[in-house]
Amino acid sequence: MNIHEYQGKEILRKFGVVTPRGVACFSVAEADAAARELGGPVWVVKAQIHAGGRGKGGGVKVAKSLEEVHRHATSILGMTLVTHQTGAQGRLVKRLLVEEGADIAKELYVGMVVDRATQRVTLIGSSEGGMEIEEVAAHAPEKLHKVAIDPVAGLTFAQADGVARKIGVPEGSLAQAISFMQGLYRAFVECDASLAEINPLIITGDGRVLALDAKLNFDSNALFRHPEIVALRDLDEEDPAEVEASKFDLSYISLGGNIGCLVNGAGLAMATMDSIKLFGAEPANFLDVGGGATAQKVTEAFKLMLKNPAVKGILVNIFGGIMRCDTIAEGVIAAAKEVKLAVPLVVRMKGTNEELGRQKLRESGLPIISADNMADAAQKIVAAVAGT
Amino acid sequence: MSILIDRHTKVMTQGITGKTGAFHTRLCRDYAYGKDCFVAGVNPSKAGENFEGIPIFRTALEAKEATGATVSVIYVPPPYAAGAIDEAVDAELDLVICITEGVPVRDMIATRNRMRGKKTRLVGPNCPGVITPDEIKIGIMPGHIHKKGRIGVVSRSGTLTYEAVGQFSCVGIGGDPVNGLKHIDVMRLFNDDPDTDAVIMVGEIGGDDEETCARWIKHHMKKPVVGFIAGVTAPPGKRMGHAGAIISGGKGTADEKLAVMEECGIKVTRNPAEMAILLKSVL
Repeated sequence: MNIHEYQGKEILRKFGVVTPRGVACFSVAEADAAARELGGPVWVVKAQIHAGGRGKGGGVKVAKSLEEVHRHATSILGMTLVTHQTGAQGRLVKRLLVEEGADIAKELYVGMVVDRATQRVTLIGSSEGGMEIEEVAAHAPEKLHKVAIDPVAGLTFAQADGVARKIGVPEGSLAQAISFMQGLYRAFVECDASLAEINPLIITGDGRVLALDAKLNFDSNALFRHPEIVALRDLDEEDPAEVEASKFDLSYISLGGNIGCLVNGAGLAMATMDSIKLFGAEPANFLDVGGGATAQKVTEAFKLMLKNPAVKGILVNIFGGIMRCDTIAEGVIAAAKEVKLAVPLVVRMKGTNEELGRQKLRESGLPIISADNMADAAQKIVAAVAGT
Repeated sequence: MSILIDRHTKVMTQGITGKTGAFHTRLCRDYAYGKDCFVAGVNPSKAGENFEGIPIFRTALEAKEATGATVSVIYVPPPYAAGAIDEAVDAELDLVICITEGVPVRDMIATRNRMRGKKTRLVGPNCPGVITPDEIKIGIMPGHIHKKGRIGVVSRSGTLTYEAVGQFSCVGIGGDPVNGLKHIDVMRLFNDDPDTDAVIMVGEIGGDDEETCARWIKHHMKKPVVGFIAGVTAPPGKRMGHAGAIISGGKGTADEKLAVMEECGIKVTRNPAEMAILLKSVL
């Protein structure tokens, strides 16, 4: 789960991570009031959307007067911000963060992720603040400094000190940088984060250490113990189809193609998408109905896929292990009837009672195309869609 | 012989009285030698009772001492799953298979840290389990689709594994980022097993376990390996169902994994329906 920058900074402050003073604003009037309250002489007006690259897209502006704050707030609020992470359609800006300006002497990078290889949280530091860390990793890997953090000991003074020195924190700011990183680690662990990025972390002209930006992602598996983080969820920032899917405990992700797919199991769902591509078409979605798919879940899944006007055909690929194929066939038939399915439907079922399942599909009177294996199913739906 | 489990394995079920645990314990008990294998259940509030004849104990240690069980399978809900693994590790079991999906990563980091230097092996969490066909199945995979044979399968995914099988021993290692046995660990076991002739490796996007395993195969594997990676069409930054299936920072893509596997001499296919055909071509 993602949250906004201003929300991330609020969380981090509770753990002793220092950020510029700022106020979240939902209107231009609120931005004006916030700027007056913060006091000058410099402010920064920042669009709040769940995507990076906001500065380059024109969503972050420096203001040197209250009038300028007003002007920037007016232009950014309500704009459709396009960045490399939003896709071409961009994202409507509905929230702003108005912050005091900072005197930047140095821009650095500090991040934390769960490293699969060491099975620990890893602190990553770089002297190249403001750059995307992936670019640094690709072009200047010697500028990345990593330490794996022992979950019992936590981020030690020596570890934080080592990384701080390597990324070029000046001597006079070391103590602050160390406590900054240790606070970030405590926030990461206590909030069950899956990613934390401070890019840039800045050293001000007078030697202060501040988080100028903050990106936090959280482990969805751990949200049950963090109602306070769940409360920060902004549904406007999420794909409505994905939000709808989550209500029915379906795992759904919108993609750009025109063939909807409904599969049980995440691995099989990805493999089904890949098969569609292999035979020359593109999947419209990832959709995993889970191991215990019921007829009702299958119906909801059909409705969801068909809300996407781009869908010109549907491929159902179900492995009936514990769930029997005849039960699934009943679900598919009921769903096809309920939604008055008007696009080609290919069904591939394998496993328990597959013959009985196929028989039910044949006897349903619906124009369902049956397939023997995944490749056959993908070829049939690609051909059916090409023929319409 | 087989890897990890066989007909002589004694198994305890942690979470035997829950809906999922009860359902799958019944199916596992009814499979092949399951009646001899599933000897104990664990539930602190139902100790002294029994589940359809299988005695229930207060802790994993008590279950081990009373029945000689050396393997545990876990179905307890996500908030308590890591604690259940800890308990099985403390009881010094040989193998723990955690089926539970949705275990918080922070819990698994702590549990994996506690396991350092301990003898217990962990499969999962968020996995279908392990099966040695016609002998024993521990987990949620359907028994009848697996047939006895000389091929091993290691996979991060459940239903996609079933796509590869026909006559194989299977280890589903699960879809989480912080977990127990990884591809390389299972590959080592298959390499040393005299009854395994070849291995199918089923991977997916996210992390670099497949690459690590491929590099090991290049230098150490004595048997042919074929592979498939799911998620060529997955967009970056989106979690594709499994917690571990995510392309982050341009890393962990299917193309990257397939390229490394090919470099290491593993035959790969982009058509999952062809895994078995590919395997026949290398035997």
